[in-house]
Amino acid sequence: MIYLDNSATTKPHEDVLKTFHTVSSKYFANPSSIHRMGGQVEDLLTKSRQQIADLLGVGSQEVVFTSGGTESNNLAIKGVAEQYKNRGKHIITTQIEHPSVLETCRHLEQMGYEITYLPVNDKGEVSVNDVKEAIRPDTILITIMHVNNEIGSVQPIEKLAEIVEQYPTVLFHVDHVQGFGKITIPYGHKGIDLITISGHKIHGLKGSACLIKKQHISLSPLQHGGAQEDRVRPGTENVANAVSLAKAIRLALEEQKNYHQLQELNQTIREELKNYLQVTINSPKHGAHHILNFSVQNFKPEVLIHAFSDEGVVVSTKSACSSRQNEASHVLKACGKTDEDASAAVRVSMNANQSQDDINAFISAFKKIMSKYEKVMG
Amino acid sequence: MSHIYLDHAATTPLHESVQEQMTSVMQNHFGNPSSIHFFGRDSRKLLDQARTTIAKSINAPFTSLIFTSGGTEANNLAIFGSAYANEQYGRHIITTQIEHHAVLHPCERLESEGFDVTYLPVDETGQVDLNQLKEALRDDTILVTIMSVNNEVGVIQPIQEIGELLEEHQAVFHTDAVQAYGVQQIDVQEMKVDLLTASSHKIYGPKGVGFLYKHEKHHLKQQVFGGEQERKWRSGTENTLAIAGFEQAVKVLMEERESRNTHYQALFNELIAQLEKQEMEFSINGDLNNRVSNIVNISFPKTEVEMFLTNLDLAGIAVSSGSACTAGSIDPSHVLKAMYGEEDERLYNSIRFSFGIHNTLDEMKQVAEKIQPIVERLKSLS
Repeated sequence: MIYLDNSATTKPHEDVLKTFHTVSSKYFANPSSIHRMGGQVEDLLTKSRQQIADLLGVGSQEVVFTSGGTESNNLAIKGVAEQYKNRGKHIITTQIEHPSVLETCRHLEQMGYEITYLPVNDKGEVSVNDVKEAIRPDTILITIMHVNNEIGSVQPIEKLAEIVEQYPTVLFHVDHVQGFGKITIPYGHKGIDLITISGHKIHGLKGSACLIKKQHISLSPLQHGGAQEDRVRPGTENVANAVSLAKAIRLALEEQKNYHQLQELNQTIREELKNYLQVTINSPKHGAHHILNFSVQNFKPEVLIHAFSDEGVVVSTKSACSSRQNEASHVLKACGKTDEDASAAVRVSMNANQSQDDINAFISAFKKIMSKYEKVMG
Repeated sequence: MSHIYLDHAATTPLHESVQEQMTSVMQNHFGNPSSIHFFGRDSRKLLDQARTTIAKSINAPFTSLIFTSGGTEANNLAIFGSAYANEQYGRHIITTQIEHHAVLHPCERLESEGFDVTYLPVDETGQVDLNQLKEALRDDTILVTIMSVNNEVGVIQPIQEIGELLEEHQAVFHTDAVQAYGVQQIDVQEMKVDLLTASSHKIYGPKGVGFLYKHEKHHLKQQVFGGEQERKWRSGTENTLAIAGFEQAVKVLMEERESRNTHYQALFNELIAQLEKQEMEFSINGDLNNRVSNIVNISFPKTEVEMFLTNLDLAGIAVSSGSACTAGSIDPSHVLKAMYGEEDERLYNSIRFSFGIHNTLDEMKQVAEKIQPIVERLKSLS
């Protein structure tokens, strides 16, 4: 099987698995225990935190381990909203965020917060000027994703950071889940306050993730209990996951050097798809190379996915987090696509080391499917 | 020097079969269970199997489990989730003074938001009084949260009686069964609980996973927002690897719970016998007739807990003074405080021993032999 659904989840790296295996079997004690066995485990946790911080160029106390990207996004948004509600209750986001951001914002709306959902252009990009104009005296948070998970559009994070930096009472959270290991953002930038990174999208393990939280920020915790993670995130630390996340982050940054090769692969697929009149390419031309979203007229995406499966190629409908719903993609609709195209989207998502052979296999599968289809349709 | 680990209430090692299971899952099943293709369906199958096994282990329906990132998250979801969902019926909550901090701190937080919380006292044996609970119940009580087994002293609370008492009352009944699951048979129907928390890493499963059982008739206010996982009670890509490991831990638990209890009881008996043989002065905190087999909290008069723990650690014995989540800074235990009052010296000289499947009778002898000179020395310092 050729796996082209790396934006849903990735196959864990061998070294990550080995790390997890070693730590979970040899260092099982509770890092909060004061005996030496606990102390050893605490050391491992401290080292992982330091390693991640060094790789990203932030402080080690700025790395908060969580159970996943969803929790990190929830912690960043709810945490800021609650902590800084006396400053104001206005939050700015975009219409194309991941459900873990959008649903959290909708929840806050019910709690009396005001949310501005900024539109995007037909390329899925938010306008820097729109963001600037949306900022009000009572704005406390801007939360904007880096790389969109459905179409791969890339937001101008650095430019946004520069703007936000001019507003000391406005915090900036970046959902970096799909961008990490592909496109770097300036982690240490003073204008960026919170960054979400998830392990299982970068060949790490599910349940391993972190939130980068700059030192000057306090977050109201989502949960209450023990004093772990500097009181921001209680619960016995999952040290095996933390160490494996540090490993996954290191490997992802190393392999990021191969990312540019995906541009050619992306282009190869585009060239092929252009041969079919019924195909609309939904991903912007200058988006991230690893995600390519397209729709085929009169083809239900489930049908297309199963047809690909039969040819040994795995692709997906929009996002796994919402792929069980049959409704149109909120991302594509925000980009101005027709309901038809927005409901028919199929996503190819590559890892940093995807091979030309894999893409050739995808293309020949697609050709086969289309020729069968044309025969049926006559 | 090999360590003798007697801190299983803090966390347990992975069971060998859990490790094997997880290795196999890691290598062969990485899909996102929400994906509709082969890899997704394959992971979904694993997840469904685990849910089936684990639900069965507490006699609950398949759909009643909500997987979380651990016991703390499950307790938080239970307490905040039901408090916010039932606010219109009242804002009174009843708990006890001896709960885990993952219950107490959410309750304190709700208090600061205007909820009224009654913290029931316990007697010298660590027991909650049913009559006091009855008296504390009000028309506007919406939640009663009482732990099944205390993590520091191992005392068992009368959960089923409480469940029966609350049957006719509107209050949702939650129990933190994190310490009970490994040693007690759990039947949510019989116990008449509405919500129940369990954690994997206390029963030889991996860290980072737990569950909240939720009776279908109850609604919770969602706490983590995002995708539609866990029937929308808990968003986020399911941690299939940890959940599969958890399942394996439960499978073994179901086979071995009884024999484990026998083993733990034998270890307990041996430890006490050996301590007596050393002619040491000590007393057991809690209730000898109403305790779980794997936890014992012992007071050694005229010793000082912090030095005691350091000495034991140097001697290769890993124990604790109470909950690992409060360790780090050794504040006097809130549990012993509730049992004995603020002034009692047992607050400052008590150690928790918690047994596991790998401990041996011979280790108990070694522990007693190593403790004896430490206690003598500490006594001479006092």
